Amino acid sequence: MTTVEPAGQPLAAVRESGAGRRAHSIGPPLAVVFLLLVGVVALFPDLVGGNPEAVDPADAFLDPSAEHLFGTDQLGRDVLTRVVHGAGASLALGLGATALAAVVGIVWGLAAGLGGRFVDEAAMRLADILLSVPTILLALLVVAVLGPGGPSVAIAIAVSLSPGFARVVRVQTLVVDRTGYVQSATALGLRRRSVVGRHIVPNVLPPMLVLATMNIGASIIAGASLSFLGLGPEASSSEWGSLLSQARNYLQDAWAPAVFPGLAVVLTVISISVIGRELRIRFEGRYDR
Amino acid sequence: MTTRWWLRRAGLGVLVVWGAATLSFLGLHLLKGDPARIIAGGGGAVSGQSQQILDQINAQYGFRQPLVVQYGRFLGELVTGDLGMSYQLNQRVTSVISDQLWSTVVLALGAAVLGFVLSLVLAVATAGRPRARSLSSTVELVLVSTPGFFVGILLLTVFSFRLGWFPVFGDDGIGSLVLPWLTLALPIAGTLSLVMREGLERALEQPFALTVRARGASATRLRLRHAVRHALLPVLTLSGWMLGALLGGVVVVETVFARAGIGQVAVTAVNGRDLPVVTGVVLVATIAFVVINTGLDALYRVVDPRLGSVAQ
Repeated sequence: MTTVEPAGQPLAAVRESGAGRRAHSIGPPLAVVFLLLVGVVALFPDLVGGNPEAVDPADAFLDPSAEHLFGTDQLGRDVLTRVVHGAGASLALGLGATALAAVVGIVWGLAAGLGGRFVDEAAMRLADILLSVPTILLALLVVAVLGPGGPSVAIAIAVSLSPGFARVVRVQTLVVDRTGYVQSATALGLRRRSVVGRHIVPNVLPPMLVLATMNIGASIIAGASLSFLGLGPEASSSEWGSLLSQARNYLQDAWAPAVFPGLAVVLTVISISVIGRELRIRFEGRYDR
Repeated sequence: MTTRWWLRRAGLGVLVVWGAATLSFLGLHLLKGDPARIIAGGGGAVSGQSQQILDQINAQYGFRQPLVVQYGRFLGELVTGDLGMSYQLNQRVTSVISDQLWSTVVLALGAAVLGFVLSLVLAVATAGRPRARSLSSTVELVLVSTPGFFVGILLLTVFSFRLGWFPVFGDDGIGSLVLPWLTLALPIAGTLSLVMREGLERALEQPFALTVRARGASATRLRLRHAVRHALLPVLTLSGWMLGALLGGVVVVETVFARAGIGQVAVTAVNGRDLPVVTGVVLVATIAFVVINTGLDALYRVVDPRLGSVAQ
């Protein structure tokens, strides 16, 4: 999926990729390598060694060195180890929120597209309402109701992302529902349920993969932002947003504990965007948010 | 711009605000724990409050009345511009918000202007110039992928702690606004300049661009006087998105720079489970969002009259 563009791609795809220049770009392979690396350390944080909670006051606020590649924080904890141990929580937040938003949005959009006029109208007005509340504020409202914590933050992000999915799924459903093969299937006497299950849903879902990928980055940013505000996993956690929020208070003493977790977020999100873009070019569709 | 269009938009706006208010109301009543205990103190965790105090609070706020009655009163108060009483601050929500409104508005407006100017400069300078273009699209990708609070932390580290050019936090004078403005403006500029450049490049490909050059105008004059106007149209459609980004962004930026403002009020209220304040902020933001968006839509129709006749 991520090798360079094969020859003979449709012109449209090449043009969208920037007049063919990106076709030989090293971006996508780099992004895959970086994400694999993050994925591996997220699953097996102990590969890097060291205890993220090992306190050593004598070594507080060290700048990066051979011994502590990313420096140390206010308690002398190794920042590299903490960033590595936070990868799991940060990725889980972004992936969990996106998966939840996608599932809810797909059901929502299918219901709107296939449920008849009244359901459609109700479902889409609800989406309008939710999309009229700025993302972070809607998330704040949800966290205020559910109470702080990792799962609340994931749900909050999913609530604000799912209407976007629902809109795209609805349009896609309406388009597929009017295609020749669906009409043929209906004309052949297939029951509506099997038409929906066998012909409509399988053709609605693949483009959602691209949309979901594009949303993971936004979810990770939103998750880290809410953690930074102190609403995510408990304050001492090594989730990247929490690390930044702790480091914010010691900026005058050391830059490393703030800069490295932030770089981890940025590089992860960039890699996901690059891959999302590549997927989008390959699917040849344009799915606006 | 017919009366019918305005009526329809107003109806939609009212629907959105009513929907947001109803969701907020449901949120208030889905709240885990007894609101009377939250008001009495300890965020609802302390169990030792006397029943007498709790009864008194319940009577005062009407928590024991049927939900429909409470809903009716909530909507009635909302129509008269009353957002209820804060659980924690012993103040009306409206006065909590209006006390902090000004500093947030200054922050958001300044950032919007700065973001717009930055993206305009970036787009005009790089459109149709391959080298500059690829450099700036990389910069844009980085800006769009960077969480606002990290931009703020980096700016603070470099300009406040290392160079000492700007105050570290607080809110006195223009000096303390520069970094928060930049923090909010940079991610916005990343997206806007991308869209503007595409618009500019499309305009520069059109026959009129050649005509203008043939008449002897310089390339810069062509870009600034003629092409920019065409590039601004798609930007206008993005204004709604930009507004949302700003309203959400102020929450984070106020925390990074320890500034007083609506965002701080909201975060403090979420941590203290002070739901009326949270819903108040959300409702005020939503109303602002709806009103400004409707205005922008109207403006869009003025700028491009073709839309008025096509869309109904």
